[in-house]
Amino acid sequence: MRRLTPYLLALPGWLWLAIFLVVPMAAMASVSLQTGNAYDGYAMTFSFSNYADAIGRYSTQMVRSILYGGLATAAMLVIGYPVAYWIAFKGGTRKSVYLFLLLLPFFVSFVLRTIAWNFLLSDNGILFGTLKGWGLLPADFHVLATTLAVVGGLTYNFLPFMILPIYVSLERVDPRIVEAAQDLYATRAAAFRRVVLPLSLPGVFAGVLMTFVPATADPLNAQILGGTGNTMIGNIIQTEYLTNLDYPTASALSFTLMAVLLVGIFAYARALGTENVLEAAAR
Amino acid sequence: MRGTRLGDRLLHIYTWIIIVWLSSPIAVMILFGFNDKQSKSNTSWQGFTLRWYAELFDIPDLTVALRNSLVVAAASTVITVVIGTMLGLALGRHRFRGQGLTNFLVFAALSTPELVMGASLLSLFVSGNVPRDATTIIISHVLFSLSFVVVTVRARIVTLDPSLEEAARDLGATAWGTFRQVTLPSIMPGVLAGAMLSFALSIDDYVVTSFVNGSTVTFPLWIVGAVKTGIPPQVNVMGTLIFGVGVLIAVGNAVAARRRR
Repeated sequence: MRRLTPYLLALPGWLWLAIFLVVPMAAMASVSLQTGNAYDGYAMTFSFSNYADAIGRYSTQMVRSILYGGLATAAMLVIGYPVAYWIAFKGGTRKSVYLFLLLLPFFVSFVLRTIAWNFLLSDNGILFGTLKGWGLLPADFHVLATTLAVVGGLTYNFLPFMILPIYVSLERVDPRIVEAAQDLYATRAAAFRRVVLPLSLPGVFAGVLMTFVPATADPLNAQILGGTGNTMIGNIIQTEYLTNLDYPTASALSFTLMAVLLVGIFAYARALGTENVLEAAAR
Repeated sequence: MRGTRLGDRLLHIYTWIIIVWLSSPIAVMILFGFNDKQSKSNTSWQGFTLRWYAELFDIPDLTVALRNSLVVAAASTVITVVIGTMLGLALGRHRFRGQGLTNFLVFAALSTPELVMGASLLSLFVSGNVPRDATTIIISHVLFSLSFVVVTVRARIVTLDPSLEEAARDLGATAWGTFRQVTLPSIMPGVLAGAMLSFALSIDDYVVTSFVNGSTVTFPLWIVGAVKTGIPPQVNVMGTLIFGVGVLIAVGNAVAARRRR
């Protein structure tokens, strides 16, 4: 009985993951190779051309998603690193208060936060409407339905996921090591570049993973903040699945997206020279 | 030295600017729940009112959506906590065959983009002719919350000294008695953290739910559907109340943890 314990404990969770994570992937793989239409149903024909068709049709949105995801991730890194740095080294006894304040937006639903930005940025809303009223902005000035709005929304929504892992890795850096570097005549800039930055790279790595993947695959920011020229692959997959009922195209696009993200992650890991990808990612 | 102090002070101000930026949509949401709007759209400030708090449940569809969200979040949290704690215990406390694979599945569930998770679940349900309703939503929410409970419980159990459990057994406690009186109390903070996280993830989810909901509408789905016609102030009020309760629980939790220490 004792020996069976771990299996009995693991069984329900394991089954859940197998049935609802692994089997659906197989189902999606199967659907992505079928042909037919929404009314007569789809049948398996092993038509790998579904992939070529889907990618050919939506390469613009695929490339745009990766570009937007990449831009947002870069912005989050630039914006978030100094915050993580300051809290880790200068936050003193109030560190947890600052972290709590950074996490405050998560007590409001993702959908509502994004809509609040749509509201704040609207062409004649409280912000731009007022500035236009004062003559500080031209009347046709607008941010909604532009690349800036979508990338800004993504940056806003996922920023804490970038700050937290960087903070965790910086918090582990012993300030005495930095002092030692300065005692050995390193300038502050050199001490940062040669000591602090390398020690924080695992956090940067984890932060980029935690933000790039969801930002690239997110449909909501483009839907709420973007215009017709900002459609991302997430919107296409949603429309193909839910409106057009074109399951094979949607499945093929989903798989392509996942493959692109996986390749991106591993290429990035190699470029960074991280030896323990999974260890860094698991943190 | 003076130059470095100036740099630190600038970073301090910068950190506060980022905090204000992150919080500004919250302020807007709360404020416009008190807006005495006269026209259809709720986009400009027209005076203070508590009307929307009094008329909170006057939009039947919205009320149903909120109730659906709460039911789904409660049900999926209960399931997730039970099976997630069991799996966390198995992975943190025991060695068994297939452990590596199980760890991989937990990691895979954490790192699969929500969009792909939703799309693949819909593929499964469509292939199996499973009708989409609250049940399929709950199934999906358990899936994306499960790994978070496993991770928090496992992190807690590995800090627990196994000799405590051995001592309980040596003193004649049954396996169940040991679990209830020794193991469970000490992993409880991890279990609770996992439960709160599951509930929050579930009530907030839009992407996965949008694939598997069928005709059942949840709070986030209702809001996205209402964007084109204008978000009624009741949504702001509900968001404000959810925000308030969440912050109260988090602060209360932190205070209680500090007092225990």
